[in-house]
Amino acid sequence: MGRILLVGRLAVRDLRRRRVETVLLLLAIMAATTTLTLGLVMREAANDPYQSTRGATNGPDVVAGSAVNPGGRPTELSGLAELAGAPGVVDHSGPYPVTPAELQASGRTSDVQVMGRDSAPAPVDQPEVTQGGWVSDGGVVVESAFANALDVRVGDPVTLGGRSFEVIGVAVTAAVTPYPETSCLVAAGCASGATPEELSGLPAGVLKNPGLVWVTQADARSLSPDPGSLSYVMNLKLADPAEAQAFAEANTRESRGAPRLESWVDIREEATESAADAQILLLFGAWLLGLLAVASVSVLVGGRMADQTRRVGLLKAVGGTPSLVAAALLAEYVLVAVVAAAAGLAAGSLTAPLLAEAGAGLIGRAGTPPMTMSTVVSVTAVALGVAVVATFVPAVRAARSSTVGALAGSARPPRRSGRLIAISARLPVPLLLGLRVAARRPRRVLLNVVGVAVTVSGIYVALILDAFLAADPLAAGVDEAQAGWLRQVLLVVMVTLFALAAVNVVFITWATALDNRRSSALARALGATPGQVSVALAVAQLLPALAGAVLGVFPGGFALFHAINAITGGDGDRVTLPPLWQLLAVVSATVLVVAALTAVPARLGGRRPVTETLRAELA
Amino acid sequence: MSDAADTPVLRARGLRKDYGKGEGAVRAVDGVDLDIRAGETVAVMGPSGCGKSTLLQLLGGLDRPTGGEVSLNGRRIDDIGERALARMRRTGVSFVFQAFHLMEELTAVENVELPALLAGRSPRAARRRAEELLERVGLADRARFLPSALSGGQRQRVAVARALSNEPSVVLADEPTGNLDSAATLDVLNLFESLHASGQTLVVVTHDARIAATADRMLSMRDGALVDETRLSGGTTGRLGALVGLED
Repeated sequence: MGRILLVGRLAVRDLRRRRVETVLLLLAIMAATTTLTLGLVMREAANDPYQSTRGATNGPDVVAGSAVNPGGRPTELSGLAELAGAPGVVDHSGPYPVTPAELQASGRTSDVQVMGRDSAPAPVDQPEVTQGGWVSDGGVVVESAFANALDVRVGDPVTLGGRSFEVIGVAVTAAVTPYPETSCLVAAGCASGATPEELSGLPAGVLKNPGLVWVTQADARSLSPDPGSLSYVMNLKLADPAEAQAFAEANTRESRGAPRLESWVDIREEATESAADAQILLLFGAWLLGLLAVASVSVLVGGRMADQTRRVGLLKAVGGTPSLVAAALLAEYVLVAVVAAAAGLAAGSLTAPLLAEAGAGLIGRAGTPPMTMSTVVSVTAVALGVAVVATFVPAVRAARSSTVGALAGSARPPRRSGRLIAISARLPVPLLLGLRVAARRPRRVLLNVVGVAVTVSGIYVALILDAFLAADPLAAGVDEAQAGWLRQVLLVVMVTLFALAAVNVVFITWATALDNRRSSALARALGATPGQVSVALAVAQLLPALAGAVLGVFPGGFALFHAINAITGGDGDRVTLPPLWQLLAVVSATVLVVAALTAVPARLGGRRPVTETLRAELA
Repeated sequence: MSDAADTPVLRARGLRKDYGKGEGAVRAVDGVDLDIRAGETVAVMGPSGCGKSTLLQLLGGLDRPTGGEVSLNGRRIDDIGERALARMRRTGVSFVFQAFHLMEELTAVENVELPALLAGRSPRAARRRAEELLERVGLADRARFLPSALSGGQRQRVAVARALSNEPSVVLADEPTGNLDSAATLDVLNLFESLHASGQTLVVVTHDARIAATADRMLSMRDGALVDETRLSGGTTGRLGALVGLED
């Protein structure tokens, strides 16, 4: 117990002694934990609105509808009637007639699927009215996401199939995927989420990005040019909703005109796709930030360990065992990681409601996204992982160092790279010194390259996704509002990534300047100007930044995009990869930003008093 | 001596250096007047903390004086910018430090060629000069060794070779034997003797009377001020080691 107290006290004292570094460490790990929390909370939040809608509307377990067949023939009603009596089915509603039509509202024209419903509440799938009322003759109720996209409200006049109607309500349902990915209920077939190019090549009759409206059964039948061409939909309730997928598979027939069955699980997946996409973006962002945090923490830890050499020597001199020394050093970072995990969980759960907004086609917005134990455990594990990965090797190395050497404060000797030294001799003085500064600490150069590459990979993917969402949201399976929301999520991830990357670059430059105090002073004593030394310190950051930026574009960004694409099941061919000029601009801008960020620490590092530094070396 | 030899290479007038402010201020160098002529070897002696090293740093432009003037080859260096000072250090003065201050990741020859590269010489010329100098200090066979593989005396000889790389007007040595054992001290002394014989101007700060005895002049310093000057007749001739009691 006493030993644990001692380790804790040593850790806390040292953290308090270096408050600025402690705060920076905390922020670096917290950026990763906050984003990870957001990503994990979004996963829960993505399902929640659908569940709320399903509960409120007594949503079906299986929806049976017209098969999409090339002949455009409707499903035989007898097939649906058989399903209503199938084993496991405890209740049903419908069949309801569905007909394709054209809707004109707010000066816009759109294809719609018109479903005929009874005015009386249905036992299964009674859409929840969010504005106005339910169907009555001459009135139309519009699916909520579709109403949002068309910008129609209760009381607006609309033209449906050439006849005038009034919007009398807006409602949500769990039986059909919300606009623009609306489930296809008509025999003629639908092209949902298609690009203008794809739409232009479609056969006549196929509905283009159709919405869903409800009218009375009489109105639906009157809108159909031929009663024989009506399609039908039936909602089935099963004794065990968990068996819905199995039921749908068991009752699907390959024959022409057989009903198409869709389980609530499939509908939920499609309905929550945009929220799930946002979650994937956040999780990827969290992993990128986690990598950056490891790089930042490694650099900070490296710098701190160099300063802690004497402290390690003192601990050992007064009887501290190597394990006690290692425990004391590790405890500092574990403590910071635990605080960062708690802060990240709090910040993430507070921010989540701003991002975890459900699509307009569902109710039960995720105002209070659930914080599960698995989220808490995952975030804490990542924070501890970041801390331990970054500190374990330096802590063990410090613990194993010789007591006499540590007491003398002897720093870790620099690495020698004979080839680089020979090459640098042929370069102008700032490059000569810069290359040698970089070569002294290859691990730090690697961390710098990784940090910049991770950031640029994120930029590469963000460029693709942002352009895709801005140019053609429907092709991405979302409407404009959802696209705007996804772009916001992307922005949040990118801003956090930039902030951490910037802090990382400044850390590394400052650590380099501190580590090179002696060699910089010596170079100046031998005739290098302060400007040359400052430029050299900056060059030592710019060379890895350039390498990182290039690697961040290829293979980094390229691989990351394809990984996201593979995981989300997206169609990578539908996006346009950034043009060469844009990639060159990203690389150039990265180098310029790094140059700007390194300017101040490099300038300060290059102008430290020579005599003080050399005298300190002698002390 | 010729007129040229009588002209001071290094000159200081009323040189002053204060550290700190107010009641805690410490005057490290207090009104020093000094002339160093070409080819002369001058030893500056005094107890620890008397301001010897600070004086050397002011003379070499590594530090800025609080007051007074310093001139090198007739040109004021106390009021010039950092960049001009850096250029001056490339060819005007060079340093030999007590702690050697070699770059640990560079071999002996790479350390010696560094000032020449910083001065803009071609890599080939810098390397040739470095090899010549290592030959001159007796370390040609250690040219590819890292400092960690050299003894203290050998490291200091590398540092001396580095100081000569750009053929400076003055070499300023700060306790060059302070970290060396007797045998290594003898090596360095012999090296300084050969430098003096070749006409190199040397200013050596030391608290070791045996080293000072090898100079043309010995200046004594106390509390930041020069308090005594002794001209030594036999400092540069004969067997130095015997003279200073380091060999039989």
